[in-house]
This record gives sequence, structure tokens and C-alpha cells, in this order.
Amino acid sequence: MMFRAFLLMLIAGAAWAVEPGEILEDPAQESRARDISKGLRCLICRNESIDESDAGLARDLRLLVRERIVEGDSDEEVVAFVVDRYGEYVLLNPRREGINLLLWSAAPVLLLAGLAAAGVFLVRRRSAASPDALTPAERARVAELMDE
Amino acid sequence: MIVELGHFALILALVVACLQTVMPLVGAQRRWGAWMAVAEPAALMQAALLAVAFAALTYAFVSSDFSVRLVTANSHTLKPMIYKVSGVWGNHEGSMLLWCLILAFFGALVAMFGGNLPDVLRARVLGVQASIGVAFLGFLIFTSNPFARLDAPPMNGRDLNPLLQDPGLAFHPPFLYLGYVGLSMSFSFAVAALVEGRVDAAWARWVRPWTLLAWLMLTVGIALGSWWAYYELGWGGFWFWDPVENASFMPWLISVALLHSAVVVEKREALKSWTVLLAILAFGFSLIGAFIVRSGVLTSVHAFANDPERGVYLLAITGVFMGGALLLYAARASAIQSVGVFGTVSRESALVLNNVLLAVAALVVFIGTVWPLVAELANSRKVSVGPPFFEASFTPFFMTLAVILPIGAVMPWKRARLGRTVRAVWLAAVGAFGIAAFVWMIGTGRTMLGPVGAFLGSWVILGAVSDLWARTGQAHSGRLHRAIRLPRSDWGRVVAHAGLGITITGISLLLAWEVEDIRIAKEGETFSAGRYEFTLIGVEEVLGPNYHSTMAEFRVARNGRAVAVLRPERRLYPVAGMPTTEAAIDNGVFRDVYLVIGELQDGGGWAVRTYIKPFANWIWSGAVIMGLGGALSLSDRRFRVAAGARRRAMQVVAE
Repeated sequence: MMFRAFLLMLIAGAAWAVEPGEILEDPAQESRARDISKGLRCLICRNESIDESDAGLARDLRLLVRERIVEGDSDEEVVAFVVDRYGEYVLLNPRREGINLLLWSAAPVLLLAGLAAAGVFLVRRRSAASPDALTPAERARVAELMDE
Repeated sequence: MIVELGHFALILALVVACLQTVMPLVGAQRRWGAWMAVAEPAALMQAALLAVAFAALTYAFVSSDFSVRLVTANSHTLKPMIYKVSGVWGNHEGSMLLWCLILAFFGALVAMFGGNLPDVLRARVLGVQASIGVAFLGFLIFTSNPFARLDAPPMNGRDLNPLLQDPGLAFHPPFLYLGYVGLSMSFSFAVAALVEGRVDAAWARWVRPWTLLAWLMLTVGIALGSWWAYYELGWGGFWFWDPVENASFMPWLISVALLHSAVVVEKREALKSWTVLLAILAFGFSLIGAFIVRSGVLTSVHAFANDPERGVYLLAITGVFMGGALLLYAARASAIQSVGVFGTVSRESALVLNNVLLAVAALVVFIGTVWPLVAELANSRKVSVGPPFFEASFTPFFMTLAVILPIGAVMPWKRARLGRTVRAVWLAAVGAFGIAAFVWMIGTGRTMLGPVGAFLGSWVILGAVSDLWARTGQAHSGRLHRAIRLPRSDWGRVVAHAGLGITITGISLLLAWEVEDIRIAKEGETFSAGRYEFTLIGVEEVLGPNYHSTMAEFRVARNGRAVAVLRPERRLYPVAGMPTTEAAIDNGVFRDVYLVIGELQDGGGWAVRTYIKPFANWIWSGAVIMGLGGALSLSDRRFRVAAGARRRAMQVVAE
């Protein structure tokens, strides 16, 4: 019994990701709540969303999100509500504005730059004079042989 | 006494590493044979001394010597033996000692098996390798001494973090470190080549096996970590885009690029200076990873010891080695001449595209990982960059890679014909479309993820098969015989590519078809999730060696037929004061049934989470198969490396 009481005392503080009691009756609303929760950071955890965190604070935020949804807020309004209270840090998906535009443009810009560099390189490699270059006649003969 | 011996060996190893840095490098420059000859015995000696130090620390853990501070902080007499041993590297100091040991171990391997390297190159490689050793041994001895004693030893230790007391995680760090540190070998070869000003096919042939070995270990290490997260963290996530995971993923991506570009150097004498740059960057990302994990600048789930002073030291190491190597690169890269000429449609071009995609993907992961720091420094905004960003930015790169992979793999060197290439893979494409259509039909149709992922995955797998088929020539008779006699590196390539396809299939189908159920279940109650029925038979308290457990028993059935009995647990480790969840998983080829037991509810009954996770095991099996491909290829390489230049003439005749 002692052991049991000790166990409960220790575990009582720790909540457990999404708990059965938190789930909303309306499956559509619940699924919206899950999607929103996956994009919100648990502030006291290390890189966990509130959807997967065991912390008490994450549970409070999950309940808050669900409360706002039941009140009739749209997804954007719920997120804006949470950001107003806890700051931009709470967003796991950084907003596409201000300095963050650099972050979001990194992938396409770097890819284009990489492809351009590779393109220039490839064209140079092709046109570099090859010591054993074939004459057009020889090339035609090779093509003929390869096709057989 | 044994602990002091270990401490002494560690200090001696630093002294030996200093000698091994200075003498061979000076000797190679001045062509003093005797000075260069110091490199091999020094490398062997350094590895032996570090092995002694490591053994001494292991002894302290195994014998629970609580006068050693590190043992007190990370061990406990009741801990099972395997975790006493894994406790050696389950902490900052011990893991850095392991890092140094592996660093020296790779040096010793070059000393032992590098007999066919030119003397000057070997001396330089070992000298550069030892200089990395000096930096890390200094870091270990001066900021994080594992052998520090306590004035008043306590009666017992504080136990290892319970999350780390797990078979999957026990062997995750050694593999990862073999990978990270293995890349130091490619780095040393790159720096030695820059000093020498010569990169040729022989150089690429020597670098490839080391890169392949490091990549293999990194792949297995990452897979182990991901598998551990899957079954231990309680909801079956397998990748979190956490800074520490990214720290291992960036060197992985670069090492994959390096493996492919080194092939071009070896076979075609092109892309030389790019390959050297990749070899520098691959280890650079390992160093950055070590910095991210150890310094705690970017907080993460699994950094054990965060200390600003250590962070500064590691940043200095990263800066000196990267800065030095890149400066050297800037000064000497122009001396490296590539001679190979190739057409725009050729295997070379496909590999260039592969390299662009992988390198840019690694850079994007890097930018996303450090972005919170940048944004805070630039305009003091605290922002987070989480999975949504990485998924959106990274996925297109891997999708593109998967699309071009089978095409590139069947292209010939130098000049390819699109028609011929398409003929080699069109059956694979048709097959992949068929599989995607099938997935589309049986899926719920609510997401494109399933069919698209199934197409890409099966395209890569079937493409690998077509690659093998094309290798065996035109004639149908004797095809099997020819397939068996193909070089192991061909088999390695095909197997590794197929492994990637398996992983892609697993990830997409798991994400597309996962079923989740969260509810309260009373004892004796039956509920269903997916196509399975679950009965909670009972919940009992169980005492483990160093934990208490609340263990539930579920009977799992499908259409009334019993499938499995699962016992998920909730453990409490009283010494560390930490609860952990132990999910119970019924593994299957096409699905995992994943059960987690939660708390006793106020109104009676237990919180229960149930998941049906389709194709989950494909993710890690694919990674293991990739590693297997690497091992196959390595067995071929080793033969060729050992054969060296002497046999080259014979091979030409044989081909």
C-alpha cells in the first residue's frame, strides 16, 4: 500500500499527452484541435509539441485550444489567441513574414543557385576539348554500332 | 588504482597524439623518412592507451566504484549489468572518451591496413588525424575529466537516466560516434591531399572505404535512435526534427553526397575539388553536431550535459578545423585539375544532380536548425522552427532524389542515350504506377501521401532490380550466373538503393494509414481500433530490478481470432525519480499493434492509447538494408584496396 501511495504521488504530477478526458465530443472539432496542437510548442519542454508532451503546461494549452474551438473560433483565431499570450516562440511553424522570409526562401533559393552552378559546370564539362574527340563520321559509325 | 592507471593512460595518449601530429607532418614536408615512420607506431600506441583508459572507466562502472564522480552521477548498484556498461558512454565525459577512442581507432586502422598508401600521404593522413585527437583529448582532460574522484564517496549512485536504460539506446551512441568520427578519416585524407596538391583516382579509391564505413555506422546509429524513439517515447513517433537528430542527419546527407561524388573521381577523374570540399564539410557537420549536442545552445531532448565553457571549447575546435581546412581549400583547390569530360546526359550529370540535391537539403536542415539563434541575434525575436518547417522544406528534395535515382543508376558513364535509359527502367515505372494505383484503391482516398509515397518507394525498389537486370547483360541464358558474379560493389549499390525505397515506402504508408485510439478502458472491457479488438484483462504492480512497474495485460484479436497478448507498462525509477512508458508492440511485416497504458482514472478504468501502425518496421528495415548494401560494397572495396595498384593491370585484363 505504501508503495502504491508513493507511486501515485510521484506520477500524479505528470500528465500524459492527449488524455481521454480532454477529447471533444465532436470528431471534426477534435481533429481540428489535434492539428492545431501539433503546430504549437510546449514552452517548458524541449522541442515537443503540446500534442505529444506530457507536461502539465501542455495539457493546459491543449484544454485552452479546445475551449477556443468550442467557443466557435476559427483555426487562425485559436492560434492568434495563443500567440498573443505566449509569443511567437510557441509556433513550431515559423510565420512567413519579416526576417523569417529568409528562412522560408532558403530551400528554393539555394536549390536554384545549386542547379545554376551545376548547369554551368555541366555545360563547361561538355564543351571542354576532349583529347580523343571523334569526328562526326566516326561518331555516326559508333552510334550505328551501339544500336545494333 | 585502476582508475588512476586509466587517467595516466589518457594523459599519455595526449602526449603521443602531439608527437603523432608534429613529427609525421614535418617529416612529410621535409621528406625525412624516420620522422614519417613515427606515424604508424604512434597511431597504434595512441589507440592502445585510449583502450586502456576506456577499459579502466568501464571497470569503474562495472565495479560500481562510487569514489569516481562520473560513476556516482550515472550509475547505481542495482542497475542491470548491460546498463552499467552502457552507462560508460551514457554521459558527457564518458561519451567524449569514446569519441577519442574511436578517433584513435580509425588512425590505428589506417596504420594497420594503409600499407599500400604512398608513405608521404600516409604520414600526412595520420598526422592530421592525430591533430584532431590532440584537440579532443585536450578538451576531455581539461574540461571534462572522466576520472575525477570524489573526496567523500557516497554509499550508492544517482542512477542513469531511465530513458537511457534501454537496449536500443545502449548501442545507439557507439554506432553514431563510429559514424561521426569515421568521417574524420575522409577529412584527414582531404586535408592531406590538399597539402599534397594532388587528387587522383587512387586517392578516391582510398577515401571511399572509410567514408562508406562511416556512413554505414551513421545509418545504423540513426536507425537505432529512431527505432528507440518509436517504442520508448509512448506514441510511436520516429523522427522529430530535433536539433540533435538534425545534428546526425546533416553529416549523413553530406556523407551520402560524398560517397557518390567519390565514385565520379575514382571512375572518371572529375568532380575532384568538389569531392574534397564535401569530405571537409562532412566532418565539419559532425563537429557542428558535437557542438550543438554538447553546448546546449539549441535545447533538445537528449543532450545530457550542457555547459557553456565546454560549448566555447567545442566551437573553437570546430572553428579551427573548419576554418583551417577551408582556407587550405581556398588556397590549393585550383591546383586540383579534373580531366574527365562528359555529356549533359550521363551518369556523371545524374550524380551531380544527386549531389546538388543532397548538399542543398543538408544546408536547409542546417539553416532551419540554427535559425532560432540567428533570429534572436538579428532582431531579438524568439522563434521556433519545428517539424512543419522541415517537412515542408525537406520533402521535395527527397521526392526529387527518389524520382531521378533509378534513372541515374542505369545511365552509362560519359554519354548516355535517353531512349536506351528509358528502355532499362520503363518496366519499373509501370510496376510502380500499378502499386500506387493499388494503394490508392485500398486507401481511404483522403490523402495523396499514400499513393505518392508508394509510387516513389516501389519505383526506387523496382529501379534497383532493373539496375541489377541491366547489369547482367542482354542475353537471357546465364543471367543468374552473371548476376552472382557481378562485383560486390554493384550488389552493394543495388541493395542500398532498394533499402532506401523500403524506408520511403514505410514512412509514407505509416503516415498515411496510421490509426489512433485514445480512451478509458475498465478491466474486462473490450474495445476495437482499426480491424482489431482489444480486451483489458487486468492491471498489476510488478517490481523490476531497479524500478516499479504498473503492467497491464491486453488480449488482441482480429475477427475473433487471438493475435497476441500485450503487456504495456508504466515504470517508475525511484532513484532517478522518473516515470517512463514502455509501450507493448506486436510487430508484423505489414503493421505494428502498439499499446500504451496510462493513468488510473478518477471514475475507475485506465487511460489507454492504441495505435495501428502500418509498415512501421519497413522504416528501420530499410535503413538496415541500406547499411547491408554498404557492407557488401565495403567487402568489395577492401579487396580492391588491399590489391592496390599491383593488381590494377590484371583487373583491366579481367574486365
